[in-house]
Amino acid sequence: MSEDNIIEVENLVKKFGNFTANDNLTFTVKKSEIFGFLGANGAGKTTAIKILCGILFPTSGNVIVAGFDIYKERNIIKQNIGYMSQGFSLYEDLTVKENIEFYAGIYGVKRKEIKIRLDELVDKLQIHDLKNKFVKDLPLGWKQKIAFSVAIFHKPKIVFLDEPTSGVDPITRRQFWDLIYEAVESGITVFVTTHYMDEAEYCDRISIMVDGKIDAMGTPTELKTMYKAKNMDEVFVKLARKQTEEIK
Amino acid sequence: MRILLIILRKEFLQIFRNKIMIPIIFVMPFVQTLVLVYAATFELQNTNITIVDLDHSQMSRKLGSKFDASPFFDVEFEQCDYDNIDKMLLTESTKAVLIIPHDFENDMRMGIKTQLQLNINAIDGQTAGLISIYVNQTILSLLKELKPFMNKTDLSVMPASIHAKPQFWYNATLNFKHYMLPGILTILISMIGIFLTSLNLVREKEMGTIEQINVTPIKKWQFLSGKLIPFWLIGLFDLALGLFIGVVLFDLPIEGSIFSLFVFSGLYLFTAIGLGLLISDFADTQQQTMFTIFFFFLIFMLMGGIFTSVESMPIWAQYVNKINPLYYFIKIIRAILLKGSGIQDMMNEFFALLAYGIIAMSVAVWQYRKTS
Repeated sequence: MSEDNIIEVENLVKKFGNFTANDNLTFTVKKSEIFGFLGANGAGKTTAIKILCGILFPTSGNVIVAGFDIYKERNIIKQNIGYMSQGFSLYEDLTVKENIEFYAGIYGVKRKEIKIRLDELVDKLQIHDLKNKFVKDLPLGWKQKIAFSVAIFHKPKIVFLDEPTSGVDPITRRQFWDLIYEAVESGITVFVTTHYMDEAEYCDRISIMVDGKIDAMGTPTELKTMYKAKNMDEVFVKLARKQTEEIK
Repeated sequence: MRILLIILRKEFLQIFRNKIMIPIIFVMPFVQTLVLVYAATFELQNTNITIVDLDHSQMSRKLGSKFDASPFFDVEFEQCDYDNIDKMLLTESTKAVLIIPHDFENDMRMGIKTQLQLNINAIDGQTAGLISIYVNQTILSLLKELKPFMNKTDLSVMPASIHAKPQFWYNATLNFKHYMLPGILTILISMIGIFLTSLNLVREKEMGTIEQINVTPIKKWQFLSGKLIPFWLIGLFDLALGLFIGVVLFDLPIEGSIFSLFVFSGLYLFTAIGLGLLISDFADTQQQTMFTIFFFFLIFMLMGGIFTSVESMPIWAQYVNKINPLYYFIKIIRAILLKGSGIQDMMNEFFALLAYGIIAMSVAVWQYRKTS
């Protein structure tokens, strides 16, 4: 494993019965980069992310996350990663503060440390009046920002974000990305799936998945040149069209 | 250990914030004991009976007033109109019709065999049997009164010459409530152990929060202990509450030791919670969980001996009861409360429940997956 790679995936295959969700994926993610994992709905992004997080077993292939093997060292991996799913998994009937204390606690963050980091977070996000509210009473945008903060509260090496911004307005999405940049600056690697192509431009490197395979990979600029496209949107459409023509 | 406490704290916060959970924990014991114990009774009381008096004699009126005075019957006197009697039985406005024939008094005075006709609605066979017995006893009581004044009695029902005088052990007054209450308490803590545990676990799946838990380094035993211990404690708490209600309101006797009752209850709840966890392993939604548990719980409850005696069930049914945890616990709780049995008297049941609990819990924990 190379020094600057934090995730190494080699020939990863995941099958559900006859259906192949991940077809021979091979890619690496470098330390402290924002790696965008793009693809249409059902392309297999979530499956791949769940395998990397250790909640799904791969059918075959080698996966190393944060230097540990996905087959044998899942629990050490879990200590070193954060995860925010599509359904942002905060407890709706707990307050913001209780959610943070709960998750930080089960990651083993010390009580004193929780208090310090919580105060910092409250100041940073300006949520003095929100912290004692139930999560169910928060607007969607706040739920997502807080879910992200919870996912990186224990200072993981990598954070996996599965369509973290779906369903919110552009301004909130922009704010969310500010949080992501901040996390990267503190040394966290960000692995993000999205189907907003403008967000793809914010990533250092992206891979585009079509039907369980990685069809293209590179920096946004590289991909745009390669597909002679003005923006990522065009790249994506061209790739998708290529796919439909193949089916024909 | 700290992680377990963190999970317990979160569980209790959620349980006490749940609008449905609080009534279930604090109100259900009252409702079940008060409503079910009074309602689910086999005792005959205020049964509607219609008497058709064709004799209109002193004797027939005396018989009528005997029924009237009985606490078991609500009597109505009717004219002889067979269509009407048919209709009354059909519409269930009366449970039984007793017809006193012409010449009833005359025949009795003359010592001629006389017969009364009794028509009972026997859709519920058990009640019908009881009505028949009570009616006969009421008639007998009239005979006993008359006996000194008569030289010869030759009625269809004669007082038995040999009379066995029963002495009822363990429930001397045949108080039906004392028999029912332990059964109701069993239902109560079974529901907490199986239903609430299972629903609580499946709720995390339904909300999607289980995924977030699964990516944390939390260990299976920590998470499951945190999920199960609250309901074990709530089950024991509700048992104590139910016992308290039983003692205060129904004079429920506690012949055995409270300690052994709670040892057994702790063991039984362990088993019930294991079953709850097992069901939640295979269900994805709370709805599936409810239907699955309903299916098993109904069978367990009806076969376990709460309402009917297991000894009078067919042999195969008695074998089925070997895998019914309710069966063991009902036997145990009745024995401790009414007979004063101790743990040493119920070693078989103890080991059966212990084995049951260990197997159910092990399979359930083994089936529970953090990674699929």
